[in-house]
Amino acid sequence: MDLLDELRDKFPDLVSASPAAFQTGRNQFPITLLGPDVRLLAEHLCTAYGSRLVAVFAEDRVADEGVFYNYYVFEQPGEPCYVVLKAPVDADQPRFPSLAASLPAVNWQEREIQDWFGLEATGHPNPRRVALHDNWPDVHPLRKSFPLRQVLPPFEGERHVYRPTLGEGVFQIPVGPVHAGIIEPGHFNFAVAGEPILYLQLRMFYNHEGTEKLFEDMPIHRAVFLAESISGDSAFSHGTAFCQAIETASDIDVPELAGVMRTILLELERVCNHIGDIGAIATDVGFAVANAHASRLREMVVRLNEGLTGSRWLRGMICVGGVRRAWSAAQCDLLRVTVTQVEREFASLVALVQASDSTRDRLERTGILSPETARALGIVGVAGRASGIDLDVRRDHPYAAYARYPLRVPVYQAGDVLHRMLVRIDEVKESFGILRAAAADLRDGPCCAPPRPVPSGRCALSAVEGWRGEILHWVRTAPGNRLERCKIKDPSVNNWAAIVEAVQGNIIADFPVINKSFNLSYSGTDR
Amino acid sequence: MFKILQKTLAAGIVTVPYPHVPAVVSAEFRGRPDFDFAAWRDARPAADVCPTGAIAVQEDERHRRVTVDYGLCVFCGLCASPDGAVRVTAEFELATHDRASLILQADYTLTADGTHQRLLAQYRGESTEEWAGGKLSEAVRETLGRSLAIRQVDPGSCNGCEMEISALNNPIHDIERFGIHFVASPRHADMLLVTGPVTRNMELALEKTYAATPDPKLVVAVGACGISGGIFGANYASRGGVDTTIPVDVYVPGCPPRPEALIYGILLAVGVRQTIGVSRLSTS
Repeated sequence: MDLLDELRDKFPDLVSASPAAFQTGRNQFPITLLGPDVRLLAEHLCTAYGSRLVAVFAEDRVADEGVFYNYYVFEQPGEPCYVVLKAPVDADQPRFPSLAASLPAVNWQEREIQDWFGLEATGHPNPRRVALHDNWPDVHPLRKSFPLRQVLPPFEGERHVYRPTLGEGVFQIPVGPVHAGIIEPGHFNFAVAGEPILYLQLRMFYNHEGTEKLFEDMPIHRAVFLAESISGDSAFSHGTAFCQAIETASDIDVPELAGVMRTILLELERVCNHIGDIGAIATDVGFAVANAHASRLREMVVRLNEGLTGSRWLRGMICVGGVRRAWSAAQCDLLRVTVTQVEREFASLVALVQASDSTRDRLERTGILSPETARALGIVGVAGRASGIDLDVRRDHPYAAYARYPLRVPVYQAGDVLHRMLVRIDEVKESFGILRAAAADLRDGPCCAPPRPVPSGRCALSAVEGWRGEILHWVRTAPGNRLERCKIKDPSVNNWAAIVEAVQGNIIADFPVINKSFNLSYSGTDR
Repeated sequence: MFKILQKTLAAGIVTVPYPHVPAVVSAEFRGRPDFDFAAWRDARPAADVCPTGAIAVQEDERHRRVTVDYGLCVFCGLCASPDGAVRVTAEFELATHDRASLILQADYTLTADGTHQRLLAQYRGESTEEWAGGKLSEAVRETLGRSLAIRQVDPGSCNGCEMEISALNNPIHDIERFGIHFVASPRHADMLLVTGPVTRNMELALEKTYAATPDPKLVVAVGACGISGGIFGANYASRGGVDTTIPVDVYVPGCPPRPEALIYGILLAVGVRQTIGVSRLSTS
């Protein structure tokens, strides 16, 4: 590829001249660097190529190679292949120059590296703890020298101090981590003057369960279930992302039928969650009847899920090589009949919601995320598409059977709650089209490739457009059907920053509906 | 307005009559795996594939102890054996106040190739203590009549259980028909419905929530992770099940438990349903 030669020419002190054979699969283009400083390269990739920094993460290779590595995954517009920069960080000088000041999308990701690996992101504008809360002792759990099952003594450190917001009539409202609804835990600290929100501070990672470290502790066939538990509302998307990474690492070709079945199940997950969100947005502006119908519809999809996979949330169906069980003729009929039914009901639900002027009035121009801000923060998924970010992994990096089906990606510029809902409505309609076409493609045949041992030392990347947005998994395999490292990136990691921007100037009573219009995953963020 | 009414009337009544009428579940649904210990030839393949270690074997040269923990089970069905000794049933009413009763054990002698030769004994765990929650649930019923206010707490869950708990409020499952409703604050609650695992970053919040709930109070631990830590177990970031941090009255297995299983567990906690759970199910 010309890119490598060009970068070597331009940055001979930064880019290694030796071939970089550290990646597996055709979806990644690897570039090995000579040191931890990627600032010039990142700037060049972003300005000259219009690249987007998708993910930043670290790996402890001290035992084998004497260094840590930071990986920077870039996506170039129109390029199906991701560019992966691999930058060594000396174990004796555990620090790397931060990109967060110019690329705020990596703010939390760099701080995760600080917390988990003990590598300092020098020059980070806000280097405080993020993933391990402030009262934790000084440990770096993703280092190989740290045992997973180590039980830390009760925490006695100082707790997090929020930035004060001062001024006459300004006060702060702390909310969470235990919320008023049936929601995951997180802390929101609002500064308000009267009703409008001046400033919002987020404290996340209450759900940090040690998931990435756990992946290093179990055989791959068990790890599939762990992937399903990264974010339980996206069990099939995360499961697929994980299995695809393993399949790439071990050169497994997934049978055609399995690709079609995965596509169907991924779309059912999208339909089910989008319908739930449309109902929840209606609820948060007081339109309870719409939510009653939406949750009735969602239950129809969830029951279909159970009929197809034995699990209402599509668990236990995905496996490395394909899917676990093929469908009988009766199951295929159930799929077709239910999709037709849900499609008809959905049209009626949308008509109900859109006929309500008072609902529109509450949603329009509420919680605006401007396209400029969205681009600067690296916002992805539904929230990105409502704010002019034209990205969809299904179209840009097709997987499963998506290359076979036409897909129109809805993009709006308004960036308010209404348009985040409209993106969902449009996407559900697109999903029905994909579901119908894919259901017609269900043929007899194997639904899973024969099992084969996973070779060790392979690195592979996989991306899936979950219903929230771009999910990324990166693995390095180890001997004995195990993993050396598994990096998980949920779209929510980027998108939380969008909420902070979108709420400013809105009244606090609109926060629930703004938050719901993003509907981000806490567990996917916190892992 | 007319159209809204028309649509609602056209949809009709969709609420399921569970528990007065048995739940209608798909033929594909995977509930409790049933173990015919006497017929089981070899527990090792099942233990190998079990994602959470719910099926575990301990052995020396001639003996094997097989442990099955429904409190760890994620109901994936991979343990099902072709000979039918392990088969997946559609049973989901597994909630119990006795954590130990979710654990089964069987001891075998072994043949030379490591398969089971003879079943020596099988047990179901049973707590030696009387369930303190029995008196509590009586007190709750006396104080509150037939109304129950639930505060849901997620101290580290994957959000899977939350999806099913939310479904309790939909028109299909409509938990308010029992006089049960979800409240916004633990100070208004009679019951904490807690998922899991309990993370280190949430343990203090969970303790405070428990302390803020007025007596008499009940705690229901939801799902494999709420009962035992599930696939996460105990590690540097996770304490494990809810009862590592606060006392638990009723455990509801599932991954996640379906809404009817949650209703069953909640009604069990307030003493409306007798415990049938695993105790009713044959283990021989």
